[in-house]
Amino acid sequence: MKRGAMVKRFALNGAGLLVALFAAFPVYWMIATSLKPNREIFSGTPRPVPTEPTLEHYRQILTGNLIPGVTFADFFLNSAIVAVSTVVLSGLVALLAATAVARFRFKLRTSFLIMLLVVQMIPLEALVIPLFLMIQRLGLYNTLPSLILTYLGFSLPFAVWMLRGFVAAVPKELEEAAAIDGATRAQTFRRILFPLVAPGLVATSIFSFITAWNELIFALTFINDQDSYTLPVAMTFFFGRDDTAWGPVMAASTLFTLPVIVFFLLVQRRMVSGLVAGAVKG
Amino acid sequence: MTTLTQAPETPAARETPARRRRRVDRLPYLLLLPCLVIIAALLLWPLGQVVAMSFFKLDNVRQLRGDREWPWVGFDNYAEILSDPFFFTVLRNTVLFAVATVALTMILGTLVGLLLNRLGKRMATFVASCVMLAWATPALTGTIVWKWLFDDTSGLVTWLFNALPDGLSNALFGRSDWTGYGWFNSPLLFFSILALVVVWHSFPFIAVSVLAGLKSVPSELHEAARVDGAGPWKVFWRITFPLLRPVFGILVVLSTIWDFKVFTQQFVLAGGTQDRPTFMLSIYSYAEAFSPPPKYGLGAAIAVILTLILLLVTGLYVRMVLKQEEES
Repeated sequence: MKRGAMVKRFALNGAGLLVALFAAFPVYWMIATSLKPNREIFSGTPRPVPTEPTLEHYRQILTGNLIPGVTFADFFLNSAIVAVSTVVLSGLVALLAATAVARFRFKLRTSFLIMLLVVQMIPLEALVIPLFLMIQRLGLYNTLPSLILTYLGFSLPFAVWMLRGFVAAVPKELEEAAAIDGATRAQTFRRILFPLVAPGLVATSIFSFITAWNELIFALTFINDQDSYTLPVAMTFFFGRDDTAWGPVMAASTLFTLPVIVFFLLVQRRMVSGLVAGAVKG
Repeated sequence: MTTLTQAPETPAARETPARRRRRVDRLPYLLLLPCLVIIAALLLWPLGQVVAMSFFKLDNVRQLRGDREWPWVGFDNYAEILSDPFFFTVLRNTVLFAVATVALTMILGTLVGLLLNRLGKRMATFVASCVMLAWATPALTGTIVWKWLFDDTSGLVTWLFNALPDGLSNALFGRSDWTGYGWFNSPLLFFSILALVVVWHSFPFIAVSVLAGLKSVPSELHEAARVDGAGPWKVFWRITFPLLRPVFGILVVLSTIWDFKVFTQQFVLAGGTQDRPTFMLSIYSYAEAFSPPPKYGLGAAIAVILTLILLLVTGLYVRMVLKQEEES
C-alpha cells in the first residue's frame, strides 16, 4: 500500500472511532454508572470503568418502594400492559387494512394511502389538549386504557404503511391455489397469508411497542394517579426532579432502555426504508 | 375479525367468477373499516377539535367534562397570543432551534454516511452498530444520561472542563473552576445542550439513510470522477448530491418536522415546564394548557399555530413522496 493511502485509511478509521465514541458513549456511561457504588459515582475523578461493580442500585429500585406500596416493578408492569395491548390491537387492525390495500384494487385505495401519509404528519403534540378532552368525556382519565387508545391511534398509520409491503410480498399464487383447492377466504387468510406475513407482523409490532413504551407527554397528562404511572412518567417524577441519586436513576434508565435497544436492533433495517418511503417515527 | 369469518360463508365462493368479483368489492372496505374508524376518532377528530377549542374560553377542567358551558370568544385567544411579545420570543426560539439542529443533523449525518461507505467492512459494521445505539435509545433516557454528563458536581463534562489547564480555561472562558457551574442556566447554553442531545438522537437516521442511498449509486460514477482528478468536495457536490437529491429533500423535511416540535428532550432537560425563557412552541402550548391555572383554549390556539406551520412543511413532504413513488 502506498504511504498516502495508508495515511488516508488511518484518518478514516480514526474518524470512524470518534463517531462510534460520540454515538455509543452516553449509552455506555449509563450502564457503567448504574454499576458503580455511590462513592465512585460522586468521587472527583470519574473512572472509565466501574472498579468495584455493584448491583446495589438495581436492588434499591427493584425492592424499594418509590412511594408507599408502589415499586419500580409496578411501573414496569403498567408500561408493559399499555405497550402490549397497543401492539396487539394495532397489529390486528393494521393487518386487516394492509390486506385490503395490498390485495385489492378499489376506488379509494390511493386516497387511503395518501391519507395514511398525511395523518402521520399531524403533530401529535398538538393533540394533547383535544385528546385530554376526549379522555375526560369518556371517563377514562387516570386509566391505562386512555393511553392504549391514544397509542393505538398513533401507531396505526405507520403499522399499516409498513405491513402492506409484507402482505404484497406474499405471492398471490399461493392464495389462488388454496382457493382452487376449495379453501374459504377465512381459511386462506388464516392458513396461508397469516403465517407468511407473521415475520412482518412481528417487525411492525416492535415499532408499535417502541412508540407506546417510550411515550411521555400523553402519559404525563392522562395519568395523575401514582399507581397507574407508566415507567417514563415515574422516571420524570421520581428521578427527574431530584437530580442527585444518579446511581438509581441510571439503573432505572438502563432497565427501561435495554428492551428498546434489543427490539430496535432486530428491526432497524426496515425502519429506514419505511421512513424514507413516507412514514414518521414516534 | 367478524368480517372475515362472515365473508366465506356466503355461497359466493362457488359461483361464477363474474359474480364473485362483484361481491368481493365490499370486502376491502370492510377490512379498512376498523382502521378508518380509529384514525378518524383518534387523529382526525381531535385535530378538528383542537381548532374548535381554540375559539372558546376554557379555563376549567369541568368545562371539558361537559359540566359547564363553553363561552365562545372568537379569535380572542389568537389576539391574546399574537399581541404578547413573549409569543415572538418563543417563535424565534423554535425557528432558530429547528434551523440549527436540522443543519447540524444533516451535516453530521451525511458525513457519517459518507464515512461508513468508505470504511472497511468490519470497521463499518462496528461504527454502524454504535451509531444504532444512539438511535435506539429512547428520547427520555438519552436525555437523562446527557443531563448526568452535564451534572454540575460529578458530571463528566464538568470534570473535563476542570481538567483543562487553568491558564487555558481562564483565557478561553474566564474561569477555571467549573464545579457548580450552571450548565442549564443561560438560555443560549441550554439550547446548545438541547441541540447536542437532539442531534445525537437524530443523526443516525440521516447517516443510515444516506448510506442506503449511496449504496444504490453505481460506484463507477465516483471512480470515473476521481480518475478525472475531482477532489472529494467536487465529487460530492457534482455527483453524489445530485443523485441523492430526492433522499436529501425528504430527510430535510422529516428532520424539520421533528425538530420543530421537540418536547420530551426539552421537558426532561429543563425538569418540567417552568423554564419560560427556553420555551418553544410545543412546550409553550402544553404549559399554557396544563400548568395551573389551566388555559385549554389558549393552549389549543398555540397548538393550531404550530400545526399550521408544520402543515406548510408537510405539504412539501407529501409532494416529494408522491413524486418518488411515481418514479420508482
